[in-house]
Amino acid sequence: MSILNLLNPSKDNLQSNLYLGSFLVGISLLDVFLNSFLKLNITSFLPSIISILLPFFLGMFGLHLMRIEFSGIKNLDRLNKNINTNNFNAALTLLIIFLIIKAIPPVISWMILDANISGDSKDACTGSGACWTYIKVWFKRFMYGMYPNEQIWRVNLAFIFLVVLAFVGFITPQKYRNLLTLYYVVIYPIIAFILIYYLISGGEFGLEWVETGAWGGLSLTFIVSFFSLIFCFPLGMALALGRRTELPIIKYVSVGFIEFWRGVPLITVLFMSSVMFPMFLPEDFFMDKLVRVIIAISLFEAAYVAEVIRGGLQALPRGQYDAAKSLGMGYWKMHIFVILPQALKLVIPGMANTFLALVKDTPLIFVVGLAELAGMLQMAKTNPKWLGYAMEGYVFAAIIFWIICYAMSKYSYNLELKYKTDR
Amino acid sequence: MKLKKILPQLATLFVVILIFGFFTMNAQLNMENRGIDFGYGFLTQESSFDVQFSLIEYSGSDSYGRAYLVGLLNTLLVSVLGIIICTIIGVIIGIARLSPNYLIRTTAAWYVEFFRNIPLLLQIFFWYYAALRALPLPQDAEAIFGSSYLTIKGFYTPSLIWKNLDIFIYSVIAAIIAIIFVRIHAKRLRENEGKHLPVLNISIAILFILPILTFFFGGVNVGYETPELKQLAKTSFKFEGGLSIPPELLSLVIALSLYTATFVAECVRAGIQGVSKGQREAAASIGLNRKQVLNLIIMPQALRIIIPPTTNQYLNLTKNSSLAAAIAYPDLVLVFAGTALMQTGKAIEIVSITMLTYLTLSLSISFFMNWYNAKIAIVEK
Repeated sequence: MSILNLLNPSKDNLQSNLYLGSFLVGISLLDVFLNSFLKLNITSFLPSIISILLPFFLGMFGLHLMRIEFSGIKNLDRLNKNINTNNFNAALTLLIIFLIIKAIPPVISWMILDANISGDSKDACTGSGACWTYIKVWFKRFMYGMYPNEQIWRVNLAFIFLVVLAFVGFITPQKYRNLLTLYYVVIYPIIAFILIYYLISGGEFGLEWVETGAWGGLSLTFIVSFFSLIFCFPLGMALALGRRTELPIIKYVSVGFIEFWRGVPLITVLFMSSVMFPMFLPEDFFMDKLVRVIIAISLFEAAYVAEVIRGGLQALPRGQYDAAKSLGMGYWKMHIFVILPQALKLVIPGMANTFLALVKDTPLIFVVGLAELAGMLQMAKTNPKWLGYAMEGYVFAAIIFWIICYAMSKYSYNLELKYKTDR
Repeated sequence: MKLKKILPQLATLFVVILIFGFFTMNAQLNMENRGIDFGYGFLTQESSFDVQFSLIEYSGSDSYGRAYLVGLLNTLLVSVLGIIICTIIGVIIGIARLSPNYLIRTTAAWYVEFFRNIPLLLQIFFWYYAALRALPLPQDAEAIFGSSYLTIKGFYTPSLIWKNLDIFIYSVIAAIIAIIFVRIHAKRLRENEGKHLPVLNISIAILFILPILTFFFGGVNVGYETPELKQLAKTSFKFEGGLSIPPELLSLVIALSLYTATFVAECVRAGIQGVSKGQREAAASIGLNRKQVLNLIIMPQALRIIIPPTTNQYLNLTKNSSLAAAIAYPDLVLVFAGTALMQTGKAIEIVSITMLTYLTLSLSISFFMNWYNAKIAIVEK
């Protein structure tokens, strides 16, 4: 009778089932834990295959015993509802927990316990873990490329200015609020260009000239994505409006432009900008490679931005257009004051995704010889003094990019909530 | 009023013509000055470079046209493999994100957040330069399932040697045609007489039985060749024979499918969530069983939401496969826009062919998608 009760857990023998179940689950977790963290196998007296599978079956049986509906114990009910609804879910739960326990020790020991960070040459890396010394030594290169060390303050200063100027929107008095769009679309890019041209590039005001070939690292990623972002947005907006007009020539030019750029991979666009585009320019006309790349990326992303904005324009109800027209507004007035503010609000998530894609696409400029972060990693990896630390470099870059992109996506999510208007 | 409409159009046309004219003029001048002539004649010339990995016979004495074909086929190979794997992972993760199990849901969500937010190029580099470099050398590799080897030089697995392969392929095609007829018949039966045929079971049976029959009657035979470890020099070993997958292809497919799977997963999740709860309840209330609810009510509606954005992701995967050039996998961009361009110097011709190829691929798929969307759109009365 008691055996039968054990196999069919019910509320009647809640206590015994609960104790036995949690005991079994505890044993199984302990076994995996000891195995993974302390390299102890407490079931080594069993044949190996049973020894490996034992914690899983113990855990399964334990969870089975604990699966009692409406037990009245709040935590147990929550546990059953969330991770232990049936045998299949229990199995997956156990596998995930085991996997996490198994994965933690090697990751932690590689990243922290066995890792080295002291010293400034390869000899300092004696542990079996990661060699963070490599990152430490190369840090300036990863951030600023081949930019001269004593001039790095110029890059920092330029970025600080840009960030501060970007926050102007938050402190403007109410009176000048309506000038903000003008500021962000026209004035800010011009200031940014001047700042980067005179401060980072130099050549005037007693600042040493640094050619764009020496720019690199994460700061180049920022410069390229920043300018492409600024240029692609107005262009994309114009294309979206162009695609929606009734004027056939403008419409088909826009459609052709959008479909062309959306149909080709960015890498071929970059190839085009670096090998084919110079052929299209007058012979004595020199355009810097970085400028060409920024133009290429802007044109490419503008097509995607256009499609996103078009989605927003299409999603607006016809009534908005009709109402604006009935008030006697012309095309531009209608779009600037009625249509675009609403449409742009609708497309915030799509825009954020496009900008995220832009930031994630910038490492590609490495194929035309501009060494931003990924490119610098390639360079550092093949440096004869530092062979064999590819993994550390990629983990470092992945963490940086992940933080940037994750922050952007979370920010856009908040923006979306903030501007959400109920209809 | 008329003028207001014509003037901007004329201005646009004028600017477009001006830009194109300016570029063409410059291109002509530049090419004249450098002594390059424009033309696609080079495609039939001997290419005289080798390609590491190709699906068709190719050597340096073949033409540039054939090199283009090699690159295109390699691109398509990566894309097809990537699409298959990313669909499998994406569907699993997408469904897992809706699981009632908290742990599974969270793990799936972190998978998506993790792989989506790291640039694809970095992921490819990671797999190629870091992860796959940690694999053992050929002589130290341990066998997987007795005869496959995962080494630093690639993945080696037994290859199948077919006798009368064509007959086998014909039988598979015949089986597929038979299944289509069965489906049509089943649909007619369902609509006219209300009878249900177990279409899935019949299809699976046909798909297996017909090709198996060819082994007995069609003279089809299959053998296999296992990879053998050969010693080239004192410390240099190599696997020979069997099917070998180079590490470039391996890392490219892994990175592309893991990355794209996150987007597919989001499409799948959105599609399943997009079917309103009322549909399920309504279907249950008219007496359909669970399987019928899923097959006849939920899936057709969910697929309508899932398929268009997912195709877009497949297209992105195909375009992203051009990143292969960064790790020297001989795809279209590397073979044609890389090596061939360096050798011939015909920048305009080669870049334009490469772009046109991708453009044709994308446009044909998007035309197909527009047609498909129009076909499956819900016609409201």
